[in-house]
Amino acid sequence: MKPAPFVYHRPRTVEEAVALLGLPACKVLAGGQSLVPLMNFRLSRPRHLVDINWLPGLDGVEWDPDQGRLRLGALVRHQVLATHPLVRRHLPVLAEAAGHIGHWAIRSRGTLGGSLAHADPAAELPAAMVALGARFCLRSQSGERWVDAGEFFQGLFTTVLAEDELLTAVEVSVDQSARWGFYEIARRVGDFALAGAYARRRGGVIDLTWFGVGPKPFTVELQAGEAEAALEQVLQTAAEDVAARQWAKVAAMRALQRAGR
Amino acid sequence: MTEGANQKTTAEEAVEVALEVNGTVTKVLVPSRWLLSDVLRHRLGLTATHVGCEQGVCGACTVLIDGVPTRSCLLFAKAAEGLAITTLEGVLDDPALQALQEAFHRHHALQCGFCTPGMLLTALAMVRQQVPAEPETIREYLSGNLCRCTGYQYIVEAVAEVLQAVDRGDPAGSPALP
Ligand SMILES: Cc1cc2nc3c(=O)[nH]c(=O)nc-3n(C[C@H](O)[C@H](O)[C@H](O)COP(=O)(O)OP(=O)(O)OC[C@H]3O[C@@H](n4cnc5c(N)ncnc54)[C@H](O)[C@@H]3O)c2cc1C
Ligand SMILES: Cc1cc2nc3c(=O)[nH]c(=O)nc-3n(C[C@H](O)[C@H](O)[C@H](O)COP(=O)(O)OP(=O)(O)OC[C@H]3O[C@@H](n4cnc5c(N)ncnc54)[C@H](O)[C@@H]3O)c2cc1C
Ligand code: FES
Ligand code: FES
Repeated sequence: MKPAPFVYHRPRTVEEAVALLGLPACKVLAGGQSLVPLMNFRLSRPRHLVDINWLPGLDGVEWDPDQGRLRLGALVRHQVLATHPLVRRHLPVLAEAAGHIGHWAIRSRGTLGGSLAHADPAAELPAAMVALGARFCLRSQSGERWVDAGEFFQGLFTTVLAEDELLTAVEVSVDQSARWGFYEIARRVGDFALAGAYARRRGGVIDLTWFGVGPKPFTVELQAGEAEAALEQVLQTAAEDVAARQWAKVAAMRALQRAGR
Repeated sequence: MTEGANQKTTAEEAVEVALEVNGTVTKVLVPSRWLLSDVLRHRLGLTATHVGCEQGVCGACTVLIDGVPTRSCLLFAKAAEGLAITTLEGVLDDPALQALQEAFHRHHALQCGFCTPGMLLTALAMVRQQVPAEPETIREYLSGNLCRCTGYQYIVEAVAEVLQAVDRGDPAGSPALP
């Protein structure tokens, strides 16, 4: 199958881009690694495509040492996230998770902003942002607003992004006292996760964030020591079948092991 | 009338697309919805780029963009302007590609050949990046290229042989860096 016809737009500034987003049946085109398959199968038929790949300043990876904060542009490709020295130094768990997205050819094109806006429940990055307590900058013609990752994701492929809003940047404050672990279960290398988890240890408190388990990423706080019993209980309600519960449990236990003591 | 029916009756406008393919800039006139894979095959006659799934899964349509493997079925030709696109036809004289072709031949790393151009381009990018010749690493790098015939083992062996030659500094396997 081939995509339905559309008009292609190539704005050169963010202002121009958000103005175009007011067109009827308009979609942002970032890496195209989720949108173009949908268009090829005519599951999505936008009439206007706004290609944001030519916008300047959206592909930055910046470390602010005073605030202890990492700022990532919406056009940072998955492969850059997985290999960038600043990400590997300050948020190695994010770099590790990005390396699990699809295959080399998918990571070379797919973008951070695209993955977050798409909000696939089995995707690595939305859950990473929830686990890390990130916030997102959303731009429209009426200005910008910042939204916490925990509020951004509403459900299956659903976010608070309005049709005329562009996600431009992500900010993560790095907590130096936290230890992180990540684990993902997939049938083959590159497949979407059957279940995945991020674990964060801070003193005696453990936070677990899952993806591929419910319609959107979710976090549960546990006390160290009671983790395994509490997990069973949490997952009784979160995952619908026995296999899914087991995957979710194994992912969480392995992530926790990786977070160390 | 539905939106879709409306669109069908509208005459489709072609746009000018300037593509840099294998070092040469070519202009074609195609509708914006044309994929890079279709322009390569049907306008430029570069049929080493195969089309399998058109959903990014099989890797048959792999091309190199700025030296990195990319799905040409998930990129609109118009959106590929300004990028350096390399198809298999553009690297036939590269000694590293020839070393890979010979290794594929020796190891029976192809049967029907449908996946082979995509495999070769991905393998060539691996050689250029000097990926370690570990079977696990090779399998991970090649995980985005599906093969229905070989069972992969011989492909992994062929690529490992060339990567090892590069490791040793053997000129046959050594890449002609861009
Ligand atoms: C074979 C294959 C395997 C994959 N495996 C995985 C995997 O294991 N894990 C995973 O997480 N993903 C996987 N993906 C998807 C991939 O990560 C995509 O890159 C990602 O989901 C979307 O990012 P994109 O930049 O390609 O966005 P696009 O496809 O360009 O856009 C996706 C959606 O987001 C919107 N959008 C994009 N950018 C913005 C923005 N800045 N502001 C507002 N809206 C925006 C678009 O309008 C569209 O609706 C896979 C894809 C393929 C083809
Ligand atoms: C990607 C792929 C996946 C496959 N997966 C499976 C699978 O999971 N399970 C499975 O069982 N098969 C599988 N096959 C093989 C498929 O089932 C073949 O169709 C079957 O093995 C051969 O049947 P054919 O009619 O295609 O025979 P052909 O390929 O035409 O012939 C096969 C052989 O039998 C001879 N022959 C054929 N018909 C006759 C006849 N009437 N009298 C005498 N000799 C004859 C031919 O001369 C030839 O030597 C797969 C094939 C492919 C390409
Ligand atoms: S045709 Fe492009 S990945 Fe299958
Ligand atoms: S050789 Fe037939 S698909 Fe690989």
